[in-house]
Amino acid sequence: MSILEESVASLHTKIKNQEVTVAELVEASFARIREVDADVKAFLTLNEDRALEQAEKLDKQIQNGGEVPFLFGMPAGIKDNIITQDLRTTCASQLLANFDPVHNATVMDKLGESETVTVGKLNMDEFAMGSSTENSGVQETRNPWNTEYVPGGSSGGSAASVAAGEVLFSLGSDTGGSIRQPASYCGVVGLKPTYGRVSRYGLVAFASSLDQIGPLTRSVEDNAYVLQQIAGHSENDSTSADVEVPNYLEALGKEVKGLKIGVPSEYIGEGVDEGVKQRVLEALKVLEEQGAVWEEVSLPHSKYAVAAYYLIASSEASANLARFDGVRYGVRDENAKDLVEMYKETRSKGFGEEVKRRIMLGTFALSAGYYDAYYKKAQQVRTLIRRDFEKVFADYDVIVGPTAPTTAFKLGEQLDDPLTMYANDILTIPVNLAGIPAISVPCGFSDSMPVGLQIIAKPFAEETIYTVAHAFEQATEHHKARPEL
Amino acid sequence: MNFETIIGLEVHAELKTNTKIFCNCSTEFGAPPNTHTCPVCLGHPGVLPVLNEQAVNYAMKAALALNCDIAAETKFDRKNYFYPDNPKAYQISQFDQPIGENGWIDIETEENGPKRIGITRIHMEEDAGKLTHDEDGGHSLVDFNRVGTPLIEIVSEPDITTPEEGYAYLEKLKAILQYTDVSDCKMEEGSLRCDANISIRPAGQEEFGTKTELKNLNSFTNVQKGLAFEEERQEKELLAGGEVLQETRRWDDAKKETILMRIKEGSDDYRYFPEPDLVTYYIDENWKSRIGALIPELPDARKKRYIEDFGLSEYDASVLVQSKAIADFFQETVDAGADSKLTANWLMGEVSGYLNNNDMDIEETALTPQSLAKLIELIEKGTISSKIAKQVFADVMEQGGDPEQIVKDKGLMQISDEGELKQVVDGILDNNPQSIEDYKNGKDKALGFLVGQVMKETKGKANPQMVNSLILEGMEQR
Amino acid sequence: MAHISKEDVEHVAHLARLSVSDEDLEKLTEELDAIIGFAEQLDELDTTDVEPTSHVLDIHNVLREDTIQPSLDREEALKNAPDQKDGQVKVPSVLE
Repeated sequence: MSILEESVASLHTKIKNQEVTVAELVEASFARIREVDADVKAFLTLNEDRALEQAEKLDKQIQNGGEVPFLFGMPAGIKDNIITQDLRTTCASQLLANFDPVHNATVMDKLGESETVTVGKLNMDEFAMGSSTENSGVQETRNPWNTEYVPGGSSGGSAASVAAGEVLFSLGSDTGGSIRQPASYCGVVGLKPTYGRVSRYGLVAFASSLDQIGPLTRSVEDNAYVLQQIAGHSENDSTSADVEVPNYLEALGKEVKGLKIGVPSEYIGEGVDEGVKQRVLEALKVLEEQGAVWEEVSLPHSKYAVAAYYLIASSEASANLARFDGVRYGVRDENAKDLVEMYKETRSKGFGEEVKRRIMLGTFALSAGYYDAYYKKAQQVRTLIRRDFEKVFADYDVIVGPTAPTTAFKLGEQLDDPLTMYANDILTIPVNLAGIPAISVPCGFSDSMPVGLQIIAKPFAEETIYTVAHAFEQATEHHKARPEL
Repeated sequence: MNFETIIGLEVHAELKTNTKIFCNCSTEFGAPPNTHTCPVCLGHPGVLPVLNEQAVNYAMKAALALNCDIAAETKFDRKNYFYPDNPKAYQISQFDQPIGENGWIDIETEENGPKRIGITRIHMEEDAGKLTHDEDGGHSLVDFNRVGTPLIEIVSEPDITTPEEGYAYLEKLKAILQYTDVSDCKMEEGSLRCDANISIRPAGQEEFGTKTELKNLNSFTNVQKGLAFEEERQEKELLAGGEVLQETRRWDDAKKETILMRIKEGSDDYRYFPEPDLVTYYIDENWKSRIGALIPELPDARKKRYIEDFGLSEYDASVLVQSKAIADFFQETVDAGADSKLTANWLMGEVSGYLNNNDMDIEETALTPQSLAKLIELIEKGTISSKIAKQVFADVMEQGGDPEQIVKDKGLMQISDEGELKQVVDGILDNNPQSIEDYKNGKDKALGFLVGQVMKETKGKANPQMVNSLILEGMEQR
Repeated sequence: MAHISKEDVEHVAHLARLSVSDEDLEKLTEELDAIIGFAEQLDELDTTDVEPTSHVLDIHNVLREDTIQPSLDREEALKNAPDQKDGQVKVPSVLE
């Protein structure tokens, strides 16, 4: 068994007791990448020289009796839309193929405080727009459980790298399901925190009012450790919440007896694969056996969430991606005759089809005469969706359902029709619109591909999520399954 | 046919905060290009804005001084457009909830007398970078230092009906912004900028005529000139049976005319939407009154006080209060014991002349209120003549120092000793019998000549009144 | 083409500074039309008097102090610029 199979807690103890060196851990990570990444294609950029140098430095610190914070020396992969100083950050876009950041995302500074080791940058759908990572402008990442299948998206590289055992944990971002859906497809644990829980500073914005950074790990406990490190108020993000960060580890091991679970009928009804539905019902049974109770509830506006989401997210994206204009950074088209042509050619050549489609949709939705009909209307529907959740949470502790209506699909299968692709996010999008936290934990397989169980809670109730997710995980063996690569 | 003119003015003023509106870079003017930038103001991927509290305070202070209602709830919006000086390709501005609305300022013009001009709104936004044209001809160069400097945009109601009123509005607006100490208001440095639009319509007609926009108005005088030119151009156009087009025109100061830049088709589509990276700002009574308490006496109040307390004329008072620096200087000179009318005369005469000739602000000279007060006192006491005073003034302006000391050191004290003067006068009379003769024959000019001779002999230090009477006495005795 | 015309698409592409080839125009118009048609299902909902949600959290009055912090060195600030001259970013002329 590779050393990377062990938990954060176990590795932490071993590093501290000098039973394992950081160098060994980091080298194991690169060895695994060399072994499997030609098939998985999770990484866009590797940080090998600096990572090994840092490992050596950290090992010396330990020998000299230095402090060993919890994630000290842990090899991590970072989604390529999180800004890493002096480490190429491309958002899997040709437009940013040469971008060398001069600053760090707040989450990178926070990981830095505990001396996590960044192994490399992970593939994604270009600018996080997509649900299969096939929209990457660089490469197609494969699902480690079956490399003919997509890993999900947009954080496909983040999910695949953890599932393939290349890193101990990764960071992803979730705007409409981009952490949870790939976590579900790849059989790992992925958390989208409450909007405002983790600083967005340094996350390349897709839809500013929906984006959140979160951890992808192989276990719930590992997940809690990573969130503990990256959560909290940040002065350079006006939308980050000044709410105290609880000790998430204390939430693990608590009982779920008496816990009230709402299961939206919309989440287990039409359009959800039978196999997926069965795994979710089995999961509910596991929780029932531990004393939780569940009932069907309704989130009546769920079916409008996808439409509202595409209008809101695309509108915000149309402005957020306007800065990629070839003036201050990025790959400029050098043959343009004049300024307008420089803008148009730079952007048209640099962006992929899906990105351009969404920029077009967003620009249209915001343009004169349509703002009220599209953008404002979508924001009003967003209010209705939030109220749906508020109503359910008045009576229930958590909402549980599948993360995605299906398991992973084959590469190329859904590329032709954007609307079919958008339907993958139908169960994750409402959570982003409401700004609440949710996790995807492995709950078995359907047709040999992993199924994810989604657990949703009130704003800032990540502890409740971890309690439930951990109770479920510990009662089952699903999280111990590993793909054969 | 009689026409009515409607003028709208949009003024942008840079707020004098230490740092930019959404990041901690310095707003200092004149630094080498691209040395006051960071990932936030450069619009790098992933960055977020955080609002500068002082920028809000200054904007609120200006809005209160301009009699605006302050929004209880205000927010920011994105204004989307591509331009190399606009790094994010959107400007963070305020669309439908500006910090201030429904304000006004009072102006006075010779043609129309006193008039109240409405202010539609004041909103906060970020400034753009600076573009210059590369000498190769095919490129532009961008300096991002100015990007993110906090601005307020002040939009007037369509109440201004003549170019002169437009000028008076701008002068008053600038004075108020300077008094409230929120902006340097230096047009030459771009910290105050003005766009104007103007339309005319047949007298009595309800709907507005088509307006043209004027750019490149780099002084208030040019605003007035540009508007006057445009008013006449539009009138001619309409009288000749033509029509006014929705155009943007540039004032050409050399040719003294406006020149077509572009014809506008439809309205711009800026796709405003609420800035998701910033939150809502609630302004309660407490915050408002805290800022309101910082507003000093404004020009109108000060003018009234100068007339009532110091007996200045309406005209003198209004000239003095136009610039806060001059008004403060006046106040301090009077406080230092100088006569208010003489102080006003000096400031509006010698001082203002010197500043104009040297293109300087009063703060840039070595003159202090104390030295001006002393100078005035020396004249009043007869220690120096007005003529000598001007000589001393030039020294004080350039090198500073105590006028009394300068007078002493240079031996410039007025000679008022009768014996000493009589001796000089007698000598001059002895040497100029012809002049005495001429004077007695009715040639008054001869007296002037004789006085001049005495002044020459005494290097201008003789007390002129005494010289005059001594010469007359002396001639009578001869 | 009930929702969006080719002319709309061209106009929007210009606003977004994207070039659309003649071949792509047709396809893009169809796709956008389908997406907008899909989005118009929101019209089924009566949203009169429903406040739009721009922010999910009730965070307000976030402000920072007016204190200068060091800026980037110019070299660092411009290191990603595709073209530069005399410490400034060089772009095709803004003059038409």
